[in-house]
Amino acid sequence: MRLLIVEDDDLLRDGLAVGLRLAGFSPEPVATCADARAALAVGGFEAVVLDLMLPDGSGLDLLREIRAGGNALPVLLLTARDGLDDRVAGLDSGADDYLGKPFELDELGARLRAILRRAQGRAEAEVAWNGLTLDPARMKGWQDGAEIAFSPREFTLLQALLERPGAILSKSFLEERLYGWQEDVESNTVEVHVHKLRAKLGGGFIQTVRGAGYRLADPS
Amino acid sequence: MSSIRRRLFLILLAATGAVWLMAVMWIQHSTRAEVGHVLDRRLEESARMVASLVMRQGDGGLIDPSGGMVRAAALPPAGLHPHERQLSCQIWGLDGRLLSESEGAPGAPLTDTPDGFSNSVIDGQHWRVFSLTVKEGGLRVMVGDAHSMRDRLTGDVILGLVAPALLILPLLAWAIWLAVGRGLRPVESMAQSLSGREARDLSPLPDADAPLELRPMIAALNGLFWRVGQARDREQTFTAFAAHELKTPLAGLKTQAQIAAIAPDEATRSRALAQIATGVTRTDRMVRQLLDMTTVDHATRNASLPQDGAELLAEVAGSLEARAKARGVGLQVDVAAGKRCTTRSPVLLAPALRNLIENAIQASPEGGTVEVGLTCGPDSATFRVADRGPGIAEADRPHVCERFYRGSHRQPGEGSGLGLTIVATAVERMGGTFRLTPREGGGEVAELVVPREQATE
Repeated sequence: MRLLIVEDDDLLRDGLAVGLRLAGFSPEPVATCADARAALAVGGFEAVVLDLMLPDGSGLDLLREIRAGGNALPVLLLTARDGLDDRVAGLDSGADDYLGKPFELDELGARLRAILRRAQGRAEAEVAWNGLTLDPARMKGWQDGAEIAFSPREFTLLQALLERPGAILSKSFLEERLYGWQEDVESNTVEVHVHKLRAKLGGGFIQTVRGAGYRLADPS
Repeated sequence: MSSIRRRLFLILLAATGAVWLMAVMWIQHSTRAEVGHVLDRRLEESARMVASLVMRQGDGGLIDPSGGMVRAAALPPAGLHPHERQLSCQIWGLDGRLLSESEGAPGAPLTDTPDGFSNSVIDGQHWRVFSLTVKEGGLRVMVGDAHSMRDRLTGDVILGLVAPALLILPLLAWAIWLAVGRGLRPVESMAQSLSGREARDLSPLPDADAPLELRPMIAALNGLFWRVGQARDREQTFTAFAAHELKTPLAGLKTQAQIAAIAPDEATRSRALAQIATGVTRTDRMVRQLLDMTTVDHATRNASLPQDGAELLAEVAGSLEARAKARGVGLQVDVAAGKRCTTRSPVLLAPALRNLIENAIQASPEGGTVEVGLTCGPDSATFRVADRGPGIAEADRPHVCERFYRGSHRQPGEGSGLGLTIVATAVERMGGTFRLTPREGGGEVAELVVPREQATE
């Protein structure tokens, strides 16, 4: 899941980028409102983690801008100002959740998964399709009751497919999900991981739609 | 406990009493003189009356100077008023025989003086006597009255005045007490409005309808309220900001620590640990700056002994050498040798210099040099810190000394936004000036001018 991280403190920004990647997200860190606007203009994010006090403006203003543009992108505010008034102001400005500094990485991950789930209109934490169940919090999967181990990248790819069962996801969309845009993506990375997934789940679980991308096969 | 009301009451009462007492004394004095004057005239007149009575009936008259003593005993003793009884008359022959005397008159002669007024003491009693010698009749008339009677008369007059006054006195005291209370009502109402305040209420007292005498006090109080309010606001803002500013690096440290704990490989772990080390160094600097800020905010100007400016500069620069070296920046200290340039408040000056030099080191490109110098003027010391960094953006210039202002185009990893605030606050408290100007050829020059101590040359 690609996330935009807007945080001006180097140490924390780096920590968020590394920590959230370890938690199965694809974070994209920026330090200023200007960079955040540029990144949002390009798009492709599923959620934003936003600091409130940024060197070139307030995170709240950026949030209002996002909402004013009709963008329903889930936003989690991350800030040291976590008094009641601040939380209320943040949530009223259009934030989906609010987390005070310092925080637990696990909690941040869980809250992000929760707001993403709500954004996708799902109530349960686990996603399931065609006998396969995924638990994003623990990055674990079960097929017909048997646990299957996935690498983080395999899991991310599979999760993207399970969030939209039946839909065709382009190769570039899946590449974005796998990495931040600053990382080099080998041209065949998606193919390699789809190949590995087919080996674990059965050849027919993921279908290749020639020239378009990949989709999950309908339940048999 | 002293009370203005009681004090005023006592003063007014004493003053009123003193005025009264003086009036009584004056009246007593003038009454005594008046009474003496009137009674003297009466004595004289009585003596002349007696003499003329005696003389008119001289031939076979009332008294025969050659005859025996005639006492006016024929008259029945009158139940006379004691005052009147004290008027005594004696008629003496010029040969020293007592010819006649009034009832109750003493046996001895009333006076030795042949003519006119005199005072005498007979049997311990003081007398005022008028004697009149009638040579033709061969007799001497003496009429006298007792001083005690005169004093009683005067006393009666005074008593007539003082008695109602004594009755009025409590009434007067009561009136003074009430009046003083009423006069002090504005003070009381001010005290009430002050005591009814909450501790956090620092709004100014209304002085529009306050009496003239209370206005300076109200103005002073309002000034104090304002200053306390300013200090409190500054402290609150400062605390809030400080907490916020510390929370972010703490969150960073915590996140990095968690990453180090769950890192799947050695590279990730060692990178997180390196980040933690950097973060701790930065947070440490920030905590030191917070402490500096507190110092320059609260230290009294004369909390430390004056110190030579060059010595202080060398000390501060020396303590920052390691930091400069770590960043690959040279530190060049240029101080005119020999001349002592004593500055007053090293406790304020040291943090100011340290933060200025730190900023310059931070701003300098690798391989650059920070130039630090001291020029000694006749009554001021000018410290100069110059770097070859990017300089301060024009848009940021008006704001650089604001607390926690970090500039809109700052480089990653830069400070807390407190450094220049510390400098500006310290300089203000030292009564000096502080200027930041773009340096010719790129960079920034900071100039700090503080008063120079002359006494200890």
